[in-house]
Amino acid sequence: MSALSWPLRARAWAWRDRLPSLGTTLSLLVVGFVVIAAIAPALLTDRSPTAIDLTSTLLPPSWQHPFGTDDAGRDLLTRVIYGSRLSLGIGIGATALAFLIATVLGFAAALSGGAVDAVITRVIEVAFAFPALLLGLLVITIRGPSLATEIIAVGIGSAPGYARMVRGQVLAVRQAGFMEAAAALGHRRLPIWRRHLFPNAMRPLVAVVTLGIGQSIVWASGLSFLGLGVPPPSPEWGALLDAGRLHITTSWWLEILPGLVIVLVALSVTALGRTLQNRLGGASR
Amino acid sequence: MNQVWRIAVKVAASVAVIVAAASVTFFAQLAVPGDRATALMNLQTGQEKLWTAQELAPLNERFGFDDPILLQYLHYLGGLFQGDLGTSYTQKRPVADVIGGQLPPSLILTVAALVVAWLLALGMTLLTVRRGRFLSGLGSAWEALTASLPHYWVGVVLLVVFAVQLRMFPIIGGTSAWGSVLPVLTLAIPLAGFLGQVTRDEFVQVLRQPFVTTARSRGMSDLGVRVRHVLRHAVLPAITLSGWALGALVSGAVITENIFGRPGIGQVLVTAVNTRDLPTVSGIVLVVAAVYVVANLLVDLAYAAIDPRLARGAR
Amino acid sequence: MTTLDYREDLRGQRDRDPGAALLRVENLRVSFAGVEVVKGVSFTARAGGCLAIVGESGSGKSVTARTLVGLTGAGSRVSADRIELAGTDLLNTSERAWRGVRGSRIGFVLQDALVSLDPLRRVGHEVAEPLRLHGWGTRAGRSAKAVELLDSVGVPEPEVKAQQRPYELSGGLRQRALIASAIALAPPLLIADEPTTALDVTVQAQVLDLLAASKERGTSIILISHDLSVVARMADEVAVMRDGEIVEHGPVERVLRDPRHEYTRRLLDAIPSEHTRGTNLTRPAARTRRPAETDQPVLQGRNLAKVFRGPDKADRRVVDDVSFELYGGETLGVVGESGSGKTTLARLALAILPATEGEVLLDGEPWSALSPARRRPLRRRIGVVYQDPLSSFDPRWTVGRVLADALATGDRPPSSKAEARERSIRLLEQVGLGERHLGAAPLRLSGGQRQRVAIARALAPQPAILVCDEPASALDVSVQAQVLDLLTDLQDELGVSYLFISHDLGVIHHMSDRILVMKDGRVVEHGTAADVFERPQHPYTRRLLTAVPRLGSA
Repeated sequence: MSALSWPLRARAWAWRDRLPSLGTTLSLLVVGFVVIAAIAPALLTDRSPTAIDLTSTLLPPSWQHPFGTDDAGRDLLTRVIYGSRLSLGIGIGATALAFLIATVLGFAAALSGGAVDAVITRVIEVAFAFPALLLGLLVITIRGPSLATEIIAVGIGSAPGYARMVRGQVLAVRQAGFMEAAAALGHRRLPIWRRHLFPNAMRPLVAVVTLGIGQSIVWASGLSFLGLGVPPPSPEWGALLDAGRLHITTSWWLEILPGLVIVLVALSVTALGRTLQNRLGGASR
Repeated sequence: MNQVWRIAVKVAASVAVIVAAASVTFFAQLAVPGDRATALMNLQTGQEKLWTAQELAPLNERFGFDDPILLQYLHYLGGLFQGDLGTSYTQKRPVADVIGGQLPPSLILTVAALVVAWLLALGMTLLTVRRGRFLSGLGSAWEALTASLPHYWVGVVLLVVFAVQLRMFPIIGGTSAWGSVLPVLTLAIPLAGFLGQVTRDEFVQVLRQPFVTTARSRGMSDLGVRVRHVLRHAVLPAITLSGWALGALVSGAVITENIFGRPGIGQVLVTAVNTRDLPTVSGIVLVVAAVYVVANLLVDLAYAAIDPRLARGAR
Repeated sequence: MTTLDYREDLRGQRDRDPGAALLRVENLRVSFAGVEVVKGVSFTARAGGCLAIVGESGSGKSVTARTLVGLTGAGSRVSADRIELAGTDLLNTSERAWRGVRGSRIGFVLQDALVSLDPLRRVGHEVAEPLRLHGWGTRAGRSAKAVELLDSVGVPEPEVKAQQRPYELSGGLRQRALIASAIALAPPLLIADEPTTALDVTVQAQVLDLLAASKERGTSIILISHDLSVVARMADEVAVMRDGEIVEHGPVERVLRDPRHEYTRRLLDAIPSEHTRGTNLTRPAARTRRPAETDQPVLQGRNLAKVFRGPDKADRRVVDDVSFELYGGETLGVVGESGSGKTTLARLALAILPATEGEVLLDGEPWSALSPARRRPLRRRIGVVYQDPLSSFDPRWTVGRVLADALATGDRPPSSKAEARERSIRLLEQVGLGERHLGAAPLRLSGGQRQRVAIARALAPQPAILVCDEPASALDVSVQAQVLDLLTDLQDELGVSYLFISHDLGVIHHMSDRILVMKDGRVVEHGTAADVFERPQHPYTRRLLTAVPRLGSA
């Protein structure tokens, strides 16, 4: 769907290492702004996202309307601010769902081994082989478009990738020397899993969760863009894009500016995720 | 022999993937809440009501909804192997016909985008990796940025700038070569960023390998080492990911085709999802899965040609 | 590998005239990012002679070697009063001119040919690459020459091997191929950076012979090594490097027999061997052993076998019919080359790996035959120390937590945090560390300190037995000496028994009371240390012993 859903590749790399302070600070600012917008949008604007003003429709960006106005004369920046709650919520909800599925499948596969592992792994691989968008669209076709559908579609679409990662991570940690060392000391299996396996396997995934939220936001707005997500007049970011498509030849700001916000948020969240990843040690794909 | 066996296993696994995909789509159709015939009748007549058994009978008869599930399943699978993807609910014609004509433009779009992305990525890598701090930094910054851009935004920006403002390209391009430039770039730019990142990371890693030092110690030039030794290693991960990237490209193509009003399965798919025409959606999912599987098979062969370790099972 | 004996056997067969000076280096300095790693070294390499540069990790020896082929690396600064190869100045050489020198006038051999040969290219192409780069012959001519070169370095079936890729060859053959490539154009100077590290001792001997043959033909060799015994076998002159400086330089006989610098002396003393038995390696003191209680074995293996199924579905007997007894307070050494099954034996003894056949008894009672639940309470009797201590620590845990966790598995688990802390400190002091290491992450410790923590952890439950799997093999020789001394001290103090596994004959000889020699999963010889080393019965043992580089046997 979006370019952000490339498989995550973790590798500490010089360029990213050298620039974290500036990049991380900017990213934190962007993310902080969006979080405030999601929790208390009225703090950032005194306009209403639904106030229709037919005397000022489709105005280009200006000091008064930094993002311009839409075809009902609503202030686009205000709508973007009010849309953060929905978009962020969808992103977090979908990522949580994806990770729930992925953790269950990944751990089940890696810890059971043998035939069970083979079957689950096969299922994960098959699901991964589906272009994620198609998986999501299948869900939407079955359930019909709605907010919940969008979360489920994005969650299910991205779960297989994470499940692979969890499984690989668990298998890698399982082979680590300290697992055998703990067994040689006479510890029981469950405490070893609880104290060594789970924390070490999940630790690098913390960063991946962060990256995943950025991806999910982009993803969900892509679905809305196609008219298959939350429908306009909702101020959800993808829905704004969808609504703006009618006027793309005349009013570019309706598409470009909300899109830019999505890109900025996604980039910031990704940058923060990478910083975390470098600090926690990378997860392999 | 070893090689033949390996390919046979791959082909078998691919068939298994397609059958599994078919099973998922079939059971997805069952998962739709409510009676399928009723839902279909509502869809076709635009009414919301309960229909009598008599009214539904022709539909049940036609689509075989009354047969036991297992029979329907086997029938469905059997049909697939004969190229029968079922019947579209809304268009009332075979799904294969609905999709058929739309497949070539989509394939052309994705393959062209893949080629362009590879050219862009390789060019960037060879020109900028470890060529001084400024060039390397510029290259990797560009890649990090473009790899993060969503297709819809790239598409819209290209459309607004080059078609609407500069009028260099038609807004609705159709499938003409000139009209295809922007859609191909829309798909290729983020992919090139991603492939470039992967290749660059690997390139840097490989440059540190002892065999690079060995080659230099024989009197080989820096460029010679890059081209003769390093490049071959560095493209391996990106090749592995190309098969996967094709899947991402298909997703991107759906969006791109919608932005540029370009014919292709993307348009059909979005219409089908909107009208909840499950057989058509399933059919497209299956066709894409098949294309994807074939692509991955090709990637595997390409990989084995470049890295003989894989063929020998030595890795 | 180590020398068995470098003090004797120094018969003066090196009375050949020194050849003409080929490479002169004066006051070479190399720095990276302002840090000087080579601090003004000078030496001369002579035709038909071998100069060895010896040092531990971080001594600057490899950087020196790379500088001599102009490949010091990015971000380095090189200066010298003179670097001259047969009259040609190499100091102010353009990159283009360097390319003409590398491969044709200086050959370079790196360690570990698996990564030093391009794994994706055929061996023949790799060998012939210097020929192609320097415009030698036609394509067909080069292929033929590559086969000829492989043949000359003793690669069997050279036509076949030339068509294969490096990973299809054994380690020894790969190293030969790498040497073949370096000598393809018969360069007058050959620089070999740790050419035999990571090779088994018998293979190591063959590769050294190959270099010696090249020397006989008049090539000048600069040998970089951490291993004094390899040096003793090959070199005419030796330069000992430490922290970027040459601390001692002279003819090999003199330096090894009569070291003048205190560091050289320490290095030589640190090498475990027959002569160091019963003494300490790091300080002049004899062991004060507790008398061993030898009535009943504390650990006993009976006809152990382990079968692994390979990816080709073929069964491989990695351990085959191995029996052993380990008595209280003694050290049983297990020695063998890679693939001999010694590590698998260690894991069988620990009952971490189930045996396919046979069983292990602990204190005369069933051990491997127990269910995991019944075995667990007995685990405190037997501890383990691995070769790679880092991976055996959970990266999130501090040393204190590691030790507290291990103490809790013992007979008398600490009843309070304070007691755990106090006992952890005592353990650390026992292994030569202290309270300040409690809060450290193992990652931040040095290799030697990590191994000490690993030993402290193994001792925490007060075991009767320690299984030591190559406990010092990854360490520099002086650090290895400290760790081995620590182990012998602990044995004297606590009466622990060691099942001591190593590939290093010197270490085994130094440490063990009795010895098992393993080959291909079987025990080919066992007996007391004196029996095995002085009166070896099995031909393999004899071959192993003669392969160990000895001073003067070149």
